[in-house]
Amino acid sequence: MPTVTYVQANGNSHEVNLDAGSSLMQGAVDNMIDGILAECGGSCSCATCHCYIDESWVDKITPASEMEKDLLTCVSEPKDNSRLSCQIRMTEALDGLVVHLPVSQF
Amino acid sequence: MESTSRCIIVGASHAAAQLAPALRQQGWTGAINMISNEYFLPYHRPPLSKDFLTGAKNLESIMIRPAAAYQKANIRITMGVSATSIDRANKRLTLDDGETLNYDKLVLTTGARVRCIAIPGVDLAGVFYLRDMHDAQQIKQSTGANKRAVIIGGGYIGLETASALRKLGMQVTVLEAMPRILQRVTAPEVAAFYARVHAEEGVNIISDVQAVSISGEKRAEAVICQNGAEYPADIVIIGVGVIPNTTLAESAGLQVDNGIVVDEFARTSDHDILAAGDCTSHFNPIYQRHLRLESVQNASDQASVAAATLCGNLNPYSALPWFWSDQYDLKLQIAGLSQGYTDVVIRGDINGSRSFAAFYVNEGKLLAVDAVNRPQDFMLGKRLIVQNSPLDMNKLADDNVPLKTLLVS
Repeated sequence: MPTVTYVQANGNSHEVNLDAGSSLMQGAVDNMIDGILAECGGSCSCATCHCYIDESWVDKITPASEMEKDLLTCVSEPKDNSRLSCQIRMTEALDGLVVHLPVSQF
Repeated sequence: MESTSRCIIVGASHAAAQLAPALRQQGWTGAINMISNEYFLPYHRPPLSKDFLTGAKNLESIMIRPAAAYQKANIRITMGVSATSIDRANKRLTLDDGETLNYDKLVLTTGARVRCIAIPGVDLAGVFYLRDMHDAQQIKQSTGANKRAVIIGGGYIGLETASALRKLGMQVTVLEAMPRILQRVTAPEVAAFYARVHAEEGVNIISDVQAVSISGEKRAEAVICQNGAEYPADIVIIGVGVIPNTTLAESAGLQVDNGIVVDEFARTSDHDILAAGDCTSHFNPIYQRHLRLESVQNASDQASVAAATLCGNLNPYSALPWFWSDQYDLKLQIAGLSQGYTDVVIRGDINGSRSFAAFYVNEGKLLAVDAVNRPQDFMLGKRLIVQNSPLDMNKLADDNVPLKTLLVS
């Protein structure tokens, strides 16, 4: 099972195993990691599961859809490596992925 | 918090699913026990009228998190029981199986129940309401291509259900008692847009019509209206709103006024009893009035506030309400509350396309936004509402002026 490391804004990091096919958002919710709200439950409606993909992994992730891109332009502190974690599915190829969580989802 | 403190949460709802882990994250080390009158772990309710009905998602895929996650956090969930009374003096909760549970802190996340209509035939087989997993499972078993569904109520639940049933190839009629669908929640322009799209998708929407009975021998066969019209049905689904579950709070003597009254820290009139979600009424500082909201956002955000309060951190609740509704290829995102609007400004082609935003304005200030397939307008709309400063109406109406430029930086 591939692993993901979530690094919170305060520097705490959590390494968790995540089934291939699960979303990065679900991994954070299942492991009760503070920093991902995911109010809409993964339907790309709320932009409260914003995260930053670690620079070394950005190229390996499927690009964002237009809907996701539009939502990302308006999140708090957007960066080039911003993504909505509900839109990224875990794969074996992403084993070892590191994502950073923002200070706030609002 | 000392480890002997016991927190009992009544209702395994969206609010409860947010609250229990948040308590752990914020350092609550005592017992956490969630009491549920259902037989499921907390699940996402919005898909029940959408992807769950169409089969795109199943029970497992709409669980908020798996059982193991609660176990790992030492959150106990007791299913299939209801709380019947609260003894506030002795801080004791009684359940319908006779058991009593002592609490230090109690949180009511009891949600809402469907508003029932008392018309002849409403108890026939094939007549459903849609609120919980059990309802959705029953409806799902009765669906099938070319079967006829009559939906009573043209609100969001009714229209989302219509969309899902059309995807399954059913013949769908929606009966709305008011002069138009979505009467209480949207402007006429937005309602007309939804009426057009549903017509394009093959749904027969009839407004200004009162269902007075459901005919049938053993199963529902038709819905009969006051004007004599009769609509044949294999299934009837009623979606005419919800009522907050406040009986437990009321009989315990807590203040209830269109919901369990809570302060900005999610505390009821008894500060050892908190409440969050659809069952509550709270004062919203943005709109300067008491609100009872029916939304996931409110359930989650108010539950987070409640968790902080219980852990000794008083963070006032002041979130902007927001909602969403998915129908066909339409992603509607709603920011704010439109009640009291005097003008509606539309961006985009509301009459010909499937993408636009409607801005609800009062005295030049933005109250709410309905954005269909325009996520940026939704996101920026949220900020413009909170900004609460007068907007240039010409710029707001001009799709060539980026909405971002209306923000006061």
